[in-house]
Amino acid sequence: MKILIMGCGRVGARLASLLDEDGHEVTILDNDTYSFRRLPPSFSGTALFGNGTDEEALKKAGIEDADIFVAVTQGDNRNVMACQVAKHIFKVPRVVCRIYDPLRAEMYSALGLETISPTKVFAQLRREKIEG
Amino acid sequence: MYIIVVGGGRLGYYLLKALLNEGHEVLVLEKDARICKTITDELGSVCFRGDGCEAATLAEVGTGRADMFIAVTGDDEDNLVACQVAKHKHNVPRTIARLRNPKNAALFKKLGVDVTVSATDIILEAIEREVPTHPVTQLMSLEEKGLVIVDVKISAASPMAGKLVKDLDMPKDSKLAIIIPAEGSAQVPTAQTVLQAGDQIIAVTPENTKEALRNALGGK
Repeated sequence: MKILIMGCGRVGARLASLLDEDGHEVTILDNDTYSFRRLPPSFSGTALFGNGTDEEALKKAGIEDADIFVAVTQGDNRNVMACQVAKHIFKVPRVVCRIYDPLRAEMYSALGLETISPTKVFAQLRREKIEG
Repeated sequence: MYIIVVGGGRLGYYLLKALLNEGHEVLVLEKDARICKTITDELGSVCFRGDGCEAATLAEVGTGRADMFIAVTGDDEDNLVACQVAKHKHNVPRTIARLRNPKNAALFKKLGVDVTVSATDIILEAIEREVPTHPVTQLMSLEEKGLVIVDVKISAASPMAGKLVKDLDMPKDSKLAIIIPAEGSAQVPTAQTVLQAGDQIIAVTPENTKEALRNALGGK
């Protein structure tokens, strides 16, 4: 599968290298090339400098024939905007958006984005651990 | 009117002042405590500290009864999300977003923002207006209707000088609104009006036939 990841932070870099190991065609986008240090030397995908909320940059990263777009930058709003561009402008079949703020995540789920709120997931996991 | 402004930067600050002067009920949402304090000290309790992208904050300031919601932070994505939350969670009838990147205009419209304002585009339009040799300049765009109002100058060299209005090969849905002759008062053109060199014409045309109108009136 062709996978485009926006944001080469800890999560983005790790996800990229895992998917790369599994044999997918991975492109990872970040607006700071220093972030690419997080990618392992074995990474065989493409690391590209660019702003994921910019249509031109997304085109360069090959969004037009991507099967999945994943937005995992630090900014909820940046992720939301990039995902809406991917979904509504480029019609990427599957778009996944990380949104820390649970309320915002709920709203965008209702608007049709596939969202994941680490805040909610982690709190839930902790609660289950603590309460046994 | 109750108007909420997101972002208390320079743009937000002067917007707030102007809207208050016009007698509106205005509230600025600003994340930065220091900026918030400055505004409050100077203009009274018209600034609320909080994130304008959060539904909970917006609920707290009564966004549900707001007539207008204006997002003017320095980040396009923040302005987009703030407007979307206002629209979808609080049903604000009119949302306005400031754009840094003018290319985002179409996207924002598609995603439900009612009006976008781009400083880049406004300055470009101003430059176009100020260039005196340009025969057709855009004065204003009526975005909802997809129309633009343009200003056309008939030069002495123009093949249109001396022609009747009815003989012009006007694109569909383009209308000449007013003719301002070099001397004398403005008049509403009729089919029998003769165009003269030095005339200034104000016309209304659909956005996509601006070029065709330009050609019809002899401008290049």
